[in-house]
Amino acid sequence: MKWILLSAILGFGNVQTNQVKVYDEFSAFESDYLSNLSGDTTYVINFWATWCAPCVKELPYFEQLRERNEMKPFKMILVSLDFKSKLEGVKSLIAKKGIQSEVVLLADGRASEWIDLVDSTWSGAIPATLVIKNNKRYFYEKSYESYKELEEDILKSE
Amino acid sequence: MKKTILGLVCIVALGAATLSTNGYQVGDTAEDFSLMGVDDQEHSLADYEDANGFVVIFTCNHCPYSVAYEDRIIALHAKYGEDYPVIAINPNDPVSYPSDNFENMKLRAEEKGFKFDYLFDDGQQVFPKYGATKTPHVFLLDKDLKVQYIGAIDNSTEESDVSKTYLADAIESLRDGETPKVTSTKAIGCGIKVAKQ
Repeated sequence: MKWILLSAILGFGNVQTNQVKVYDEFSAFESDYLSNLSGDTTYVINFWATWCAPCVKELPYFEQLRERNEMKPFKMILVSLDFKSKLEGVKSLIAKKGIQSEVVLLADGRASEWIDLVDSTWSGAIPATLVIKNNKRYFYEKSYESYKELEEDILKSE
Repeated sequence: MKKTILGLVCIVALGAATLSTNGYQVGDTAEDFSLMGVDDQEHSLADYEDANGFVVIFTCNHCPYSVAYEDRIIALHAKYGEDYPVIAINPNDPVSYPSDNFENMKLRAEEKGFKFDYLFDDGQQVFPKYGATKTPHVFLLDKDLKVQYIGAIDNSTEESDVSKTYLADAIESLRDGETPKVTSTKAIGCGIKVAKQ
């Protein structure tokens, strides 16, 4: 019993314990991540899910982008749109991929009511990326085939 | 005169280009198509002689959002299918997602006992005309193939949390000879994977 408890606390093997905050309501996510933003910071908010192959493929590019901007006012948020029941799957995928960026799970199923609040042009398909720079929003409903492609869009968002 | 014709050609070409990127809007008339179904028959909308309209749903096997809606799609067809049959179309490139290939479509239809036609957009020519971007993505057409509603099936991926049945409401409006009150909604879905050129 002691062992089970200890294993549960420490986690098995090399599985890293990356915290993933779950948001049941878009409004709470919005107030934590899309409000009161600092004008001199670049925010990159990527919407993804573990089941979305092109999303998973581009995660390393986002991780690389965060690493390269570590010394700048820059914030990366990876917003998983997985179902809440898949929280453990999200955690193990980001541990496996060595993702250090902040990851949250947005579980508000009433997407028809919040998609437009992210961007009015968003059809709801993922992957999708929102960039906020100088309080201006830039939205990209697309998948990235390379790091360079992602970096170009971030630089373009001026 | 030549100039006018050239100008006209340009405008028409521009119009066609815009249409192909944005797809149908509410009020547009959809083109018919001919696609292979899991029953190994070619299907066109013109074949459904008794239909008063069509519930065209771009959906697929691999996408968890599509899977989450399967039972609701089955129920919609059971309720309205006689007048407004569901026409499910898988738009994905089967090379990118092997679980969306034609054989797996047949297996899924069999497993779930689909009573509606499940068609394969082989060559990916149909979904861009509609402007479908994800699965599931619904287009409700009336008898004249005029697009009356575009978007989501309802307002929650979790069936127990649904409070607005957008698609069923729109079908009932059409059935009652009225225009749907809500004509477009959005939902999260799996981006449609286009084959690499």
